[in-house]
Amino acid sequence: MRARLEETGYLVDDGLAVACFLALKLHRPVFCEGDAGVGKTALASALAEALGAPLIRLQCHEGIDASQALYEWDFPRQLLHLRAAEAAGVRDADRLERELYDRRFLLARPLLRALQTRPSVLLVDEIDRADDEFEAFLLEVLSEFQVTVPELGTLRAEEPPVVVLTSNRTREVHDALKRRCLYHWFGHPDFARELAIVRRRLPEVSARLAEQVTTLVQALRGKELLKPPGVAETLDWVRALDALGASEVDAELAVATLGAVLKYREDTDRARTLDFAAVLAGRAT
Amino acid sequence: MSGAAAPGGAAGAGERLRADAALLGFARALRAAGVDAGAERTQAFLRAVDALRPGVRSDVYWAGRLTLCGDRDDLDRYERVFAAYFDAAAPPRRPPRRSAPPPRLRPLVREAPAGSRPGEGDREPQGPPVASLASSAEVLRHRDVATLDAAERAQLDRLLAAFSLRGRSRRSARRRPARRGAVDPHRTVREMLRHGGEPALLRRHARVDRPRRVVLLVDVSGSMGPYADALLRFAHAAVRGRRTEVFTIGTRLTRVTRELSHRDPDLAMAAVAEAVPDWRGGTRLGELLRAFLDRFGQRGMARGAVVVLLSDGWERGDPALLAEQMRRLHRLAHRVVWANPLKARPGYAPLAAGMAAALPSVDAFVAGHSLAALERLAAVVRGADAGPAPVRTAGGKGAECA
Repeated sequence: MRARLEETGYLVDDGLAVACFLALKLHRPVFCEGDAGVGKTALASALAEALGAPLIRLQCHEGIDASQALYEWDFPRQLLHLRAAEAAGVRDADRLERELYDRRFLLARPLLRALQTRPSVLLVDEIDRADDEFEAFLLEVLSEFQVTVPELGTLRAEEPPVVVLTSNRTREVHDALKRRCLYHWFGHPDFARELAIVRRRLPEVSARLAEQVTTLVQALRGKELLKPPGVAETLDWVRALDALGASEVDAELAVATLGAVLKYREDTDRARTLDFAAVLAGRAT
Repeated sequence: MSGAAAPGGAAGAGERLRADAALLGFARALRAAGVDAGAERTQAFLRAVDALRPGVRSDVYWAGRLTLCGDRDDLDRYERVFAAYFDAAAPPRRPPRRSAPPPRLRPLVREAPAGSRPGEGDREPQGPPVASLASSAEVLRHRDVATLDAAERAQLDRLLAAFSLRGRSRRSARRRPARRGAVDPHRTVREMLRHGGEPALLRRHARVDRPRRVVLLVDVSGSMGPYADALLRFAHAAVRGRRTEVFTIGTRLTRVTRELSHRDPDLAMAAVAEAVPDWRGGTRLGELLRAFLDRFGQRGMARGAVVVLLSDGWERGDPALLAEQMRRLHRLAHRVVWANPLKARPGYAPLAAGMAAALPSVDAFVAGHSLAALERLAAVVRGADAGPAPVRTAGGKGAECA
């Protein structure tokens, strides 16, 4: 499992590899929590790539409901069909009604699409933003992998999709949902792993630059910032420096490009108190 | 659990049973340590170990961590229990207990006259029956909570239990069928379908108003001692409103929303006393506010919410830090309300360093010393003005005092 994920350029640690393995084996969703930018969403795309399955994404937001997540009837087309049938002089009301609620008028939204696509990876992103009613509804879909459409009957997944749920912890997700999932907490990676990720994702960048930036980011994380930079920010910073044509970074250049990593004025102020030159020298020796 | 009586042979099955028993014992130890590892999770754990290599330590570790834990706070405990349970050569005879059960401090005991305190679980007022409830309730409404005796407190507790706290409403993205509003194409077309495509009545929908989230930060430090219990009971009544989160602050930040979700106020208070380690300690408002914002607030809990601080503003730490964090909170929250029980004392001026530092970032500054004051607080949270001046006008965002 790990090797397959690493082929896609997504490096996993032991826990995550086990989680993915169990998700496939036991058909349980993986519930990912952690700071922003540590690779929760990227996990789903890596899984999709590794399994050669399409990624179906459901972005949650406040007020999301079943018609946006599951299915919806295509009313305009139904109406059109009705008119056309009328014009053609169809009088058989029963048949007409049966035709109206046909599969072809059913618009599959992400959840239903994931159940119908085989194989597939379903990403339910930022579940903590949805309302708790939606959670209860999701529970039904994710534990049975089936959906009941009153007019059509129960649609069951032939092969359950691999499900990844992510949460930023703005709200405690209900325990009933968590209980059915594998829980994985995403921490910030250590130096060696982060460096490996940078090298893997940005192979064109000089080894020295990657190492220096990773060192700096690791030092920044120790600075009690409002928003400690995630791996995504590390990659952004390396890209930014690379775009400037730098093959290594000094203190001056680092301060000039801080905007790629830190997005709060308070953080930038605090970071300026960090002695970049010393941090860089510390790693070099 | 996992089909232990396999036809493979009695020895194999016995081995299997023993292994399962060890794993179950581990789950039990985790439960004893406070991790919510219920039957369903335990079952998932056994199946996960089965799917991996049962004899390999790291596999068992990850299987358990992925299936038995449900929260970041669980991970620490898991780490500890796992080490204690599997590193002992033989399975330990007793499951490791929580390090030391925190002392069950009842904040009221010291305030109450000796001997008149009703026992745990038996909360019927032991004082003489009150002759006329209505009038005494009226008097009680305005009394300072700190000056009450035990019987009055018991009555106050009952009055507090009837409280409700709703955040000021905001328009949500969701629409509901309504009499007036925009045309709802889905329902209109569905209606037309039902009538064979004949144009029918237009159906309408409108946006729904939903109460904002309310976040209560209750100071449980020593200086707030006389009020902390009443304020927490107030918080308990508020939690029934669902979109409410409660934290206690003192020397540590503790999220007590779950503890307060017990229906019975006394059970809830006991659960909180158990969960809060820093009862009657010092106050580090600035630092804890930062912890709150880092771990919860900025991620969204404080965004657009009504945040209420119930504290006297005595800050042991650096007031500059508190001021900075209050500004941060003010930028995130819809409204910041500060309820200070001392405010009602004659001649009070917000001179405590912390209070003075925080005030510029507070939208409404109210008292919180009596039932009437708490009712006032609830009204402010619902959206009433705290004082004569309009709340948060376009330019000035300063505090106005009620």
